[in-house]
Amino acid sequence: MTQLTESGASTASGASGAGNSGRLSTKRADPAGRRKMVLRLIILSIVALIFISPLIFMFVTSFKTREDATGIPPSWIPDPWTLQAYESILAPGSSTPVLRWFLNSMVAALLHAALVVVISALAAYPLARMEFRGKKIVFGVIVATLLVPPVILIIPNYLIVSGLGWLNALVAIIVPTAASAFGVFFMRQFFGALPEDLEEAARLDGANRFEMFTKIILPLAKPAMATLALLAFLTNWNDFLWPIYVLFSPEVQTLPAGLSTLQSANAVRYDLLMAGAVMASLPVLALFVFLQRFIIEGVSRSGVKG
Amino acid sequence: MKSSSQVGASSKEEAPGRQPTTTPTRIAAPKTNKGVAKQAAGTPWLFLAPYLILFIGFVLIPIVFGLWISLHAWDYTRPLQPFVGLANYVSLFQPDSPYFESFWSSMQATGIFTVFSVPLLLTIPLAVALLMASKFPGRNFFRAVYFAPYVLGVAVISVLWRYLLDNNIGLVNYYLGAIGLPDNIAWTTSTPAAWVALIGVTVWWTLGFNAVIYLAALQDIPAELYEAARVDGANKWQQFLNVTIPGLRPVLSFVTIVTLIASVNMFGQSYLITLGGPGRETRTAIYQIAETGLRNFQMGNAAAMSYVLTLFLMLLSLIVFWLFREKKEGK
Repeated sequence: MTQLTESGASTASGASGAGNSGRLSTKRADPAGRRKMVLRLIILSIVALIFISPLIFMFVTSFKTREDATGIPPSWIPDPWTLQAYESILAPGSSTPVLRWFLNSMVAALLHAALVVVISALAAYPLARMEFRGKKIVFGVIVATLLVPPVILIIPNYLIVSGLGWLNALVAIIVPTAASAFGVFFMRQFFGALPEDLEEAARLDGANRFEMFTKIILPLAKPAMATLALLAFLTNWNDFLWPIYVLFSPEVQTLPAGLSTLQSANAVRYDLLMAGAVMASLPVLALFVFLQRFIIEGVSRSGVKG
Repeated sequence: MKSSSQVGASSKEEAPGRQPTTTPTRIAAPKTNKGVAKQAAGTPWLFLAPYLILFIGFVLIPIVFGLWISLHAWDYTRPLQPFVGLANYVSLFQPDSPYFESFWSSMQATGIFTVFSVPLLLTIPLAVALLMASKFPGRNFFRAVYFAPYVLGVAVISVLWRYLLDNNIGLVNYYLGAIGLPDNIAWTTSTPAAWVALIGVTVWWTLGFNAVIYLAALQDIPAELYEAARVDGANKWQQFLNVTIPGLRPVLSFVTIVTLIASVNMFGQSYLITLGGPGRETRTAIYQIAETGLRNFQMGNAAAMSYVLTLFLMLLSLIVFWLFREKKEGK
């Protein structure tokens, strides 16, 4: 699989390299530059192969039998290919209901992403495009909390969530983390960059602020909202610390939290563990493959970590 | 931490001939508000309300509430939470208290991890970004490959690497043996091997994140600056020192702070790969706080620990800001 993609990349490199030398004239034409380019591609390819091989091994192992998964030497091709591991972890009535966890994660991440986008866009609009008393204070406080490490919040939020009766329910991982400052920053930056007189025509037509927001601003903000939704989905899907402590019954866990349960229940059943890990990777990897540009650009523009 | 990104990103926006009126995002932007329609006094607050309710409830109140908890012998499983003043903090600094040893050994674990992972996560991604800085065919493909591990959750990568690092049947030991190195290293159950494993896995996992940020910043450095340096006779290394590094400065402080915060917050890798072991050697501060507060329900103690850790983190952040301060004046 890697070999395929790599040779694909290098043939593409040959072709467009030639094209480039035509367009950019001098740069690519000299042989020294060419050699450097080839060397660079070789280094990058080797590192890329090392980088991606653990993920390939994860996929491969999930199709192995129990014995094959712990065989020495480790093999890169299952012998035989089998769906045993998936059948085992997806079997109904198991104490580690992976399918249920998958659905829980999906529901939680989708609702969380929707909530983040709605409240962030609403809050960012007046902060970007209205003048009002208290704006600086509100924004200042949101900025200040960026310096507050999340560790401070886990103990009190556990008690708050418990007081709301949300412990051991999906709502506990959907709502409390939605008030991130990042979403507001992200949307505010986008709204702020839109032309100043955008709402003017609508105002002359007698539209109120909410109509300007929904009819003019939001349609323009679709790419930004999609990017924010994507990042919020990824963050929520991958979250680990908070779910393992606030969700404790097997049937309400999320998949990443469930992987921890799966690991302690089947310490050396690496076939099962890798099948579970593949299940937990598929949605995010699929999003990454198809929407790679949005994710990387969203991240490189503003940075989200942890 | 993200405020610095805000500044970085908006200073980027200034570049290609934008009218000053279209940059109200900048914190210090002049008030040029002629075009914006006036609204009723309550309108902005209606827009802000849903966010602010959650923000106050799950961010602002918890910050204060956590301090309140830390002043009590707060045990979640008991009906009464007696006020104990600063006793929870004092006990963290008394060698004979039951919390002293476990807390400071976890702080030490976090310290070791941070000291070794941050420099690696600042330099290796920069090298990767430099390799990819100029336009070349397949660049986006490589960028995506290096970034890919980062989109996976800590649970996935940790379960995966616990397998790869398995003492007996793991891929890592097998290939080390195949090239003539020791093939029986106990990566998950002995130190310092466990630290090498945790740091290595973390570098593999998050390298792409920093690399992508560096890469975006590198592309914003005007090519003319390199041209000018070359005309002045600067070699590659001099260009790197005098053009690249100054050009990266705003992003460098952002990446440093973000990496620092992420390293200090390390939890999942240790929880799943080494299970905090051997003994409790790789049990990090966050791990210790979470277990104390949310597993053993000694929330007063855990809250006090979290404030001490936060103090450390803020001190570190201040040091980083200070380090980058002097150089900023040249801008």
